[in-house]
Amino acid sequence: MHLPLASQIINLLAAVLLLLSFAMLTQRRILSLINLFALQGLTLTLSTLVVAFSTGQHHLYYSATLTFVLKVLILPWVLHRLIRRLNVKWDVETLINIPTTMLVGIVLVILAFNVALPISQLAGTITKSTLGIALACVLLAFLMMITRSKAVPQVIGFLAMENGLFFAATSATYGMPMVVEFGIALDVLVGMVILGVFFFQIRERFDSLDIRHLEKLKEE
Amino acid sequence: MQLILGVIALWLVLGIAGVFFPRNLLLVSRVLFPAGALGALLLAAAALDALGGEIQSRVLPLGLPDLPFHLRLDALSAFFLLLLGAVTAGISVFAAGYFRRGEGTPPGLQCLYYHLFIASMALVLLADDAYAFMVFWETMALSSYFLVTSDHAKAEIRRAGFLYLLIAHVGAIGILLCFGLLHGSGDYTFDNMRAVQLAPVAATVAFALALFGFGAKAGMLPLHVWLPEAHPAAPSPVSALMSAVMLKTAIYGLLRVLFDLLHTQVWWWGVVILVLGLATALYGVVFSAVQSDMKRLLAYSSIENIGFILVGIGLAVIFQSYGMRALAALALTAALYHAINHAYFKSLLFLATGSVLHATRERALGKLGGLIHRMPWVAWLALVGTLAIAGLPPLNGFVSEWLMLQAFLFTPNLPHPYLNMLIPVAAAAIALATALAGYVMVKFYGVVFLGQPREPSLASAHDAGTWERAGLVWLAAGCIALGIAPVAVIGVIDSVTGQLLGKTLGASATGWMFLTPIGPERASYAPLLFLLGILAVWLLTWLAVRRFYHGRVRRAPPWDCGFPAQTARMQDTAEGFGQPIRQVFEPFFRMQRELPTPFDAAPRYRVSVEDHLWYWLYLPLARVTNALTRVVTLLQRGRISVYLMYSFVTLLVLLLFVR
Repeated sequence: MHLPLASQIINLLAAVLLLLSFAMLTQRRILSLINLFALQGLTLTLSTLVVAFSTGQHHLYYSATLTFVLKVLILPWVLHRLIRRLNVKWDVETLINIPTTMLVGIVLVILAFNVALPISQLAGTITKSTLGIALACVLLAFLMMITRSKAVPQVIGFLAMENGLFFAATSATYGMPMVVEFGIALDVLVGMVILGVFFFQIRERFDSLDIRHLEKLKEE
Repeated sequence: MQLILGVIALWLVLGIAGVFFPRNLLLVSRVLFPAGALGALLLAAAALDALGGEIQSRVLPLGLPDLPFHLRLDALSAFFLLLLGAVTAGISVFAAGYFRRGEGTPPGLQCLYYHLFIASMALVLLADDAYAFMVFWETMALSSYFLVTSDHAKAEIRRAGFLYLLIAHVGAIGILLCFGLLHGSGDYTFDNMRAVQLAPVAATVAFALALFGFGAKAGMLPLHVWLPEAHPAAPSPVSALMSAVMLKTAIYGLLRVLFDLLHTQVWWWGVVILVLGLATALYGVVFSAVQSDMKRLLAYSSIENIGFILVGIGLAVIFQSYGMRALAALALTAALYHAINHAYFKSLLFLATGSVLHATRERALGKLGGLIHRMPWVAWLALVGTLAIAGLPPLNGFVSEWLMLQAFLFTPNLPHPYLNMLIPVAAAAIALATALAGYVMVKFYGVVFLGQPREPSLASAHDAGTWERAGLVWLAAGCIALGIAPVAVIGVIDSVTGQLLGKTLGASATGWMFLTPIGPERASYAPLLFLLGILAVWLLTWLAVRRFYHGRVRRAPPWDCGFPAQTARMQDTAEGFGQPIRQVFEPFFRMQRELPTPFDAAPRYRVSVEDHLWYWLYLPLARVTNALTRVVTLLQRGRISVYLMYSFVTLLVLLLFVR
């Protein structure tokens, strides 16, 4: 099988991305989770750069820079600061145990590949084979949000989902229009700020960040 | 058009002015409401002027981007605008004297809702695209909701308001879906809807939705339940406005969809409207006969009148679908004539109850009586309204009922084997409803104004103030004028029937004096001669009485039936007067009676009359809705993970589905 070098690198990076997604799914500690998230952002930046270089799409350089600044520097830093101030560095308990989660994750990956198959056959980009991985990343991040009971990991899952979407966009169509990307980046940032405020509110109210306390808000 | 929009803008300005001085009663009642009345007069004049003229369209630079409000003034709109303006003028003048301080919502806010209400009604009549229509329609519903609940401290009034809002919105959904069907694949302007040729099934569904939606607003059976709750709850000028004008906007909407937007009419649509109208009329009048609250009585009577108008529309559809255009014009003329008549006499009566309510603080018929001595103005003016609504010549109610019966007399000519035998039977039902309406009005007037006062506190009742009197006089004069000059009125209505049916009644052909709808050999009616005849008979009787009896008057104590201690409580009561109807039409009611034993020292008699439909239709519906919502609440677990799971599963299903 002969693939151009760029394509091989992209496939490698995609595999790394998927691996990181699984790592995040199994990671119990918040601090490591944030580091994994930053690593995922870095991988994303690299793959975007490779795509930009090999296809000559200039606007992808900008989005790579944006990704780097936002997802490798700012968001991890904000999250680090947040958990220092909230003092929640310890283990995260999951609702379902880790091996089961892994098994469900594998099923999801298979599903994602099958679903993405017809779409990636239509796409004419050199990155088309990675669409399944991108979709799998989205689904895995979603799964992570479902299985965690603390607020901070859920937010990281939300951000990781956005990573997967971004990767899907670059692999299917060489990225979204610049305006859309800026919009999404801003949304993520604003969402982060709002969620940060909520963290403090939740903790003040319940003395804990365990979202199971929110069950009391149900109408009887 | 220019002037009409100007008046609407004036109303909005007046309403907003009220907000800034919510408790300044003098400003609101002496400046804002009279100015609004003046505006209403101008509106009526402009509409009358536009009736004969050509169609005017305009695009307002308001609304959403790329979706401006289209307005159009044609004969149908102009006729209903005329009705709105002419009646509102009287009601606004009355309202200037009616609203007081310390009764629920402050007067300034009442002024805002009131003017918003009439402005939105005028705009509903002008709207020329579905978007504008729905926006104004909802504004109308909301502003009237706030008016209904102006005394919102009382729980029953809040309940009435909720019921009203609920049914108004359910109806609005029907109208919205109807427009969705009508617009085909084009945009939402009425011009486009006129051009669309719908498939027969789609047209029928659109018709059913329109009938449902506008029927809910008009108070058609079985969607009438809000009417007897909301009308008594509202302040009297608002009840008058709602009954006189708002119900007519629903009639307008039905006519607009039926004859203008839909390109065809099917005969059995007419039968459906006819049957529903008949049922509504009978139901309304039978229920109004057994009420013991004067505003509820009038509200049920409004239901009856709406039924009557619907009967006319149904007949018009049937005739039109068989190509009998002249007869269709006759039936539609009767319906439109009755619409404007009802607007006049029902607002007159509602306002009269408002004056009685202010003077006595009583709404229950059982505690009124003998008010003609204390409130002669109100009593005599209400008499005009009572006679008109009872359908006595030479007043206006008679003309429309006579026209309607004329239209029924031609139904044997229909080229359909069952219709030409069954519809004449419906004429009997109409005659029954009309007669019962007379009975109801005798009860209303007799119990409130005649006889002896039933409570000692009634002795301090005072007559209505100048503003209130002026409003009542305007409306009573309208009742008389509409009755005396039917030919002129039909000339006005002709431009509407000409636009909708392509044929006019042409009643003015035989001169201004005689109303001959079809031909002089069939029937004709000369109200002026009738009036002169009545006056002559009255004069002769008066002279005769003076001449022959007054010379020989002998005063003596009356025969007391052997029981000298007569009190006011021995008079026939409202319940007693309605008792025969309660007996005859027993299957209509859900009655609960408590009869005292003969040995009871403090006997109490209690009867409550309720609506079967409430138990057969509405309560089961409410139960089903409750059960369904309980099922839906199962979704709410209060756990974010579960909520995320919902979207996750949805995403997966969609992904698999898209494959």
